[in-house]
Amino acid sequence: MTQPRTDTLEQALAQNRFEWWDSLQELGRELKRDKPGLIGVILITSLVLMAVFAPYIAPHDPAAQDLTARLAPPVWYDKGTWNHILGTDHLGRDVLSRTIHGARVSLWVGAAVVLCAGGFGVVMGLMAGYLGGRTDAFIMRWIDTQVAFPGLLLALIILAVIGPSLTTVVVVLSLNGWMVYGRMTRSAVLSIRQSPYVEAAEVVGCRWPRILFRHILPNLTSPLLTLAILEFARIVLAEAALSFLGLGIQPPATSWGLDVAMGKNYMFMAWWLVTIPGCAIAVTVLAINLVASWLRLISDPQEREKQYARHMAGVMRKKLHAVLEKEKTPEAP
Amino acid sequence: MGRFIYRRLVHGLIVILGVTVIVFVVTRMVGDPVQVMLPLESTPEQRAAFEQKLGLDRPIHIQFVEFMGNLVRLDFGESLWQKRPAMDIVFEKLPMTILLTAVGIGFACVMAIPLGIIAALRPGGWVDRVTVFGSLLGLSVPQFWLGLLFIVVFAVQFKILPTSGTGTPSHILLPALTMGLPTLARLVMLVRSSMIDELNRQYVKTSFAKGLPFLRVVGLHALRNAGLPIMTLVGWEVIRSLAGYSVVVETVFAWPGIGLTAIQAIEREDLILIQAIVFTAAVCVVLINIAMDFLYKLIDPRLKLT
Repeated sequence: MTQPRTDTLEQALAQNRFEWWDSLQELGRELKRDKPGLIGVILITSLVLMAVFAPYIAPHDPAAQDLTARLAPPVWYDKGTWNHILGTDHLGRDVLSRTIHGARVSLWVGAAVVLCAGGFGVVMGLMAGYLGGRTDAFIMRWIDTQVAFPGLLLALIILAVIGPSLTTVVVVLSLNGWMVYGRMTRSAVLSIRQSPYVEAAEVVGCRWPRILFRHILPNLTSPLLTLAILEFARIVLAEAALSFLGLGIQPPATSWGLDVAMGKNYMFMAWWLVTIPGCAIAVTVLAINLVASWLRLISDPQEREKQYARHMAGVMRKKLHAVLEKEKTPEAP
Repeated sequence: MGRFIYRRLVHGLIVILGVTVIVFVVTRMVGDPVQVMLPLESTPEQRAAFEQKLGLDRPIHIQFVEFMGNLVRLDFGESLWQKRPAMDIVFEKLPMTILLTAVGIGFACVMAIPLGIIAALRPGGWVDRVTVFGSLLGLSVPQFWLGLLFIVVFAVQFKILPTSGTGTPSHILLPALTMGLPTLARLVMLVRSSMIDELNRQYVKTSFAKGLPFLRVVGLHALRNAGLPIMTLVGWEVIRSLAGYSVVVETVFAWPGIGLTAIQAIEREDLILIQAIVFTAAVCVVLINIAMDFLYKLIDPRLKLT
């Protein structure tokens, strides 16, 4: 905003090249103002790093059993050892290592489902909103019908019949969740396609895929990003619930939901088996939710206006108090 | 009006039909029911007899026509697991799920509306911040884990509430609380944001200026105008719960509702019971959706039903 106006094309291009860096810096500055958002971003970054480098961080192989050290308590108990910092489960597997590796499954399923469901939903929504007519009617009918399905029950049955695995979990959750993106994209497209620049592109003779993907889609980035992050949080919880019910990730692999389900039987002897993976899920989802609510605040102009108004009201109140104080003091002596 | 009812009913029928066809196809085409339901050592003759009994030896389209014919009469056949009509089992379990949902979501509504309003009165104040953070936390905790935590704290540590099952009224407290908390979190956020918007409107300022009592302005005028999105969410939560999301809570607390029965039927590959349950869930969803549309009209008479 504060950049000087550029006169030559070369200068404009030179500035344009660094625009993404500027906007990143701008984002960083916004983040400093919002403490919960900052905490969320830091947590997510460290979770992603933990998932990527899991084999190097985890002290043990998550599947390695050690029957001599079954149900060992965490290190702060008398019987705990530094070898197993967060204790071991009923097969003597290291809880810390399993929790670190569990992050991989959760984040992978979340990312994959958001990409599949989001991609499909956005394409459907774009087509429905831009092409209109029969396509629109058909896609919206489809979405309305599928939204009214008992989704989780169908997911459970399909998983049970096809056989649960990482891939089937991703497919089933994607099939279940693409409708939100479709609806949102369609309504946004309907309002954008009336704007002069889209009409100009049509007049110039752009074909509809180009208009959709080059001219309309970039304007949907920020609401779609917020929705995708919220959906990511929902998917992490859904994967955990499916694994907990025994219809998600299967035993040789590790998943937080699976670990809670296995720890359930030893809940009264070894509380850490249920508590630690459960906390991991909660912290992950909380971090994602914090980032999502921060993004929603900064990307929604109305919210920004409200925040600014609140801030200004505070400033004015302080000034008023200062003036009142000043007026009081000369009368006192 | 008549046109509206007609359209909604047709759409509802399409939904129910779609769901039943999907379940039919998935269970018949993908899996082999006989293989799953009979023990490994059974002879080919036994298998053939069993196939004949279920009608699985006939072509798939004939099976489908017969299935639809029975569907109209609400007759899914006998459950393979419990050896009695599947619809009887469903009608026995459904009230338990409805009870759990009613208590859980009722609790959420009773808590969420005052909490959300109090938070909305001073946006950015400490009550507001605590409420927002609390509901974010409530949104983030997995439901099954919350249930287990409640069992450990209230049933094992303090021994004041039963761990699971049914019987006395106190049995419903923990499952209902587990069911209601995520709903409460979502609802508080919504009540808060729509009340903040509503309290900034001009008519609220006018009402205060002309000296109407505080409770009347906030609790009657503003809340009623903020009511539409709140009701949508409540309806959506009820639908979610009846459409299978109660599975998790019911499994944790061994609550004998339709969700637990569904999971047990899936484990035992009881196709007939599964079909009956999914069909019932679809009917519930459709009915609640239609009821919600009428409630909208009741709250906001300006709405046109199309």
